[in-house]
Amino acid sequence: MKIAVCIKQVPDTANVKLDPETHTLKREGVESIVNPFDLFALEAALRIKEAAGGEIVAVTMGPPQAETVIKDAIGFGVDEGLLLSDRAFAGADTWATTAALAKAIEGLGDVDLVICGKQAVDGDTAQVGPGIAQRLGLPHVAFVKGFREIEDKRLVVERQMDDGYDVVELPLPALITVVREVGEPRPPSLKGKMRAKKYTVPMQGAADLGLEADQVGLAGSFTQVVKVFAPSHSGERRRLEGSEDEMGAQVIDALVDNQVIMLGS
Amino acid sequence: MDYFFTEEQEMIRDLCRQIAEERIKPVRAELDEKEEFPREIMKALAQADLFQIIIPEEYGGLGGGCLENCIAVEELSRACCGVSTSYAASFLGAYPMLLFGNEAQKEKYLPLIGSGEKLCAFALTESSSGSDAGSIQTEAKKDGDSYVLNGSKQWITNGGEAGVYTVIAITDRSKGARGATAFIVEADDPGFSIGKKEIKMGIRASATAELIFKDCRIPADRVLGKEGLGFVVAMRTFDKSRPGVGAQAVGVAQGALDEAAAFARVRKQFGKPIITFQAVAHMLADMAVDIEAGRALVYAAARYIDSGAKDFSKVSAIAKVFPTDMAMRVTTNAVQVLGGHGYMREYPVEKMMRDAKILQIYEGTNQIQRNVIGQELNKEYGRKK
Amino acid sequence: MGVIIDKELCIGCEQCLDACPFDALEMKGEIPVVGDTCTLCGSCADVCPERAITVPEVERAEDDRAAQAKGVWVYAEVRGGQMPEVVAELLGQGRRLAEQLGVELGAVVLGHGLDGLAGELFALGADVVYAADDPRLADFNDDIYCKVLTRLIAEYKPEVLLAGATSVGRSMIPRVATAAATGLTADCTGLAIDPEKRLLLQTRPAFGGNIMATIVCPNARPQMATVRPRVMKRGERREGFEGRLITVSLEAGDKAATQVLEVVQSLEENVNLTGAEVVVTGGRGVGGPEGFKVVAQLAEALGGVVGATRGAVDSEWIGHAHQVGQTGRTVAPKLYIALGVSGAVQHLVGMQGSDTIVAVNNDPNAPIFDVAHYGIVGDLFKVAPAMLSHLKQLRGQG
Repeated sequence: MKIAVCIKQVPDTANVKLDPETHTLKREGVESIVNPFDLFALEAALRIKEAAGGEIVAVTMGPPQAETVIKDAIGFGVDEGLLLSDRAFAGADTWATTAALAKAIEGLGDVDLVICGKQAVDGDTAQVGPGIAQRLGLPHVAFVKGFREIEDKRLVVERQMDDGYDVVELPLPALITVVREVGEPRPPSLKGKMRAKKYTVPMQGAADLGLEADQVGLAGSFTQVVKVFAPSHSGERRRLEGSEDEMGAQVIDALVDNQVIMLGS
Repeated sequence: MDYFFTEEQEMIRDLCRQIAEERIKPVRAELDEKEEFPREIMKALAQADLFQIIIPEEYGGLGGGCLENCIAVEELSRACCGVSTSYAASFLGAYPMLLFGNEAQKEKYLPLIGSGEKLCAFALTESSSGSDAGSIQTEAKKDGDSYVLNGSKQWITNGGEAGVYTVIAITDRSKGARGATAFIVEADDPGFSIGKKEIKMGIRASATAELIFKDCRIPADRVLGKEGLGFVVAMRTFDKSRPGVGAQAVGVAQGALDEAAAFARVRKQFGKPIITFQAVAHMLADMAVDIEAGRALVYAAARYIDSGAKDFSKVSAIAKVFPTDMAMRVTTNAVQVLGGHGYMREYPVEKMMRDAKILQIYEGTNQIQRNVIGQELNKEYGRKK
Repeated sequence: MGVIIDKELCIGCEQCLDACPFDALEMKGEIPVVGDTCTLCGSCADVCPERAITVPEVERAEDDRAAQAKGVWVYAEVRGGQMPEVVAELLGQGRRLAEQLGVELGAVVLGHGLDGLAGELFALGADVVYAADDPRLADFNDDIYCKVLTRLIAEYKPEVLLAGATSVGRSMIPRVATAAATGLTADCTGLAIDPEKRLLLQTRPAFGGNIMATIVCPNARPQMATVRPRVMKRGERREGFEGRLITVSLEAGDKAATQVLEVVQSLEENVNLTGAEVVVTGGRGVGGPEGFKVVAQLAEALGGVVGATRGAVDSEWIGHAHQVGQTGRTVAPKLYIALGVSGAVQHLVGMQGSDTIVAVNNDPNAPIFDVAHYGIVGDLFKVAPAMLSHLKQLRGQG
């Protein structure tokens, strides 16, 4: 079975904090990591390979330094990697991102299964997986939490739902996105890390994928960020006063005002 | 302190540290409380190729030596000695095969041990034979193409969890210490069974059990080396493994200092963090001094052994005695720094103190180590005359 | 592609560097240069004291869909014959957006055995209901659901399509947006209309909620968004309102490639403490297992999980999986609410990294108040229900 795993390099958002004075992100010392949800995708791929045999290719899109996530993937035991990097890819929304990733996966040839993490922790969109499936004309199941059957031409998976889970049969080729429950990611292996050190990551740009500049990146995107602002946080500590009913209402109001609780508009 | 590790050695250290932080620390208290063998963690260590460290490259391993082993064991011990004991015991069982196994034995067993598919164990101790290893009772009698083992082994680390055991048994009682032989026994050999599982003071995540041999028949090609070499196998194995016990000691002591220093910075009494009190700061300083001395000793001994030195019993014993006595001091003082908190199970230091105790006892008590050192000194100074 | 910096005007004050949420600017000598991560959001231009930064218009392909599209749609998810709460919230918000745009509010419902749902959708605010009722839609399969909804979009050309950011919505809607070749903004917490351009202003948290971004889809239609549940206000019910019901038929060849073999309803206790955005913790002050009910209610209303102190766990009021603190788990959610928690050192160590901490306790000297951003001295059994009812009131559920 040939498996493509899509991974993304993200800032370690657990450590991204707002500067309380300037309300901007403090990124000094924030490391770039493999999107944590993509580690579950890698783990799922490795388990499927153990069960069914085959080959795993990790694909990422990002600046040249994103090759480190491919090397990390090799360290976990992935067979090959591919970095999509091109100045033209910059500023892509999910539409433009899936354009490039889908082309790259097509280019790998005879991929039986594409696996994505459920979402990236920097964007939290969860859109790239299903978008790639649509572009490739593959069926997909999102939020897979477990595997019941793994065969060459079909999978039976458990799909996490808000009120439980569904057991879904999926003919291959197909795409799945996976959640945490799929299995704890294994540690990297010493042999994998040694291989990663020597591994040269293949790189492709828009032209290699047969894409025009207006199909990718900012120019190929439908959406546009028009405003970015910090949720107004208050670092102060205070005691509320009043009756218990009043204090209960006050604290909710304060949390809503500070956008800790989202009420929408 | 920079110990000038190679890239590969740094990789081993970093990976073990990562696994210790992510996999071991979060569950160590539970493993200790439930006295549960860490199968999941052993699987993770296997996936990380850590059981390959000392296995030669021709058998699929990484071909590392004593130092690489010590680096891994130290990092794992920093989080939990119960886990590191289970890990290191597999190498203790594998060393006899590495040192004395023939080609066929190495080809059969080393890849299994290196991949982590099978854990290994070493079985010498018996109920009436501890430091006096010459008094073992378990017998192996040759019967045609096989040997038949009878007797029992006590307090065997990884007992019941291992798939392969190195067992020392008497083949010729008339020859005393020269009448013992080392055998490879597989967990599913007929007549082999697991007896009592021990309840321990510390290293409670590790499995310690009795092995019972009742007309246990094994093929004759399971002899390691040759008949009569049993004690040589055991002594050479311990010479190799003892710096690893020293590394466990350095690890657990470092773990205890980590906890004590962090606590002392946060805990306030009389309006100030207790680390600002000289009485506490000096305790922490002594701990740091002790640990660094122990670490330097362990690494130096390991490098000496890896250099191809022939006779290293004394160095190996020294690299066990000092660090393990040191770890007992350091962990005890860590409990003291945490005070009442330290005595409670809520905090990890009391477990570290319980764990540290075994290091002074197993793989030859520190009293026996001093005997070894004393005998070697006697020989050395005898030669100098 | 990036913002353009006028080197003549720039004074090298570096304010734009701090303002850039995407870390796209870097000083090269006295002048900032723009890197690959620029999204043209304009945050830098806003803070530049010399107005040295201009945001170029992106050349996008001509798209005449904006002129043709009309109407606001809500995707009304159905599961097991029931519509989740978010559908009512979407219709409430959809109604407000439709009124601002002066258009109708449509609701699309796909499934099998949908009798009576149209009436409910009208009552919740829909003017038009598009219903596809077919055995092939009995189970949720992304591909066929996507196909039917995409076909409807092509036929009726709505300008806005909203769906809940539920498991179903977040699985199928990205596929629909790709099939319809339009933009999609995920997990929105704010939706408004720019009346001049008739654009949907979609606001969502990014970087784990550390920043908020407002996103538009200028040319392609429909403008699609999934919306976080429990955020939007429901509208007034219009009992008996009769809108237009348009029944939709599937084509003969429509067939799902995937097949749902089994639907397992299980509301397993969700105790993913470390990943939770909201944790509501009960301590000894809750008094017993019964007392954890109010803790759970508040957690549920906030989309969070239930935590517990060691004291509560050791008293066996709740399982160990809920324990926060040194021997339990360390948490750092966006919101941590401590009910009846005194604040032992080991507990504080486990939660003090939380972004916002609310503490309710009878004892004004409880150490938990030292780390709380909002401290409430009072009876948790009075304060927590008051919080709950005020929250419901604000959400229009009261």
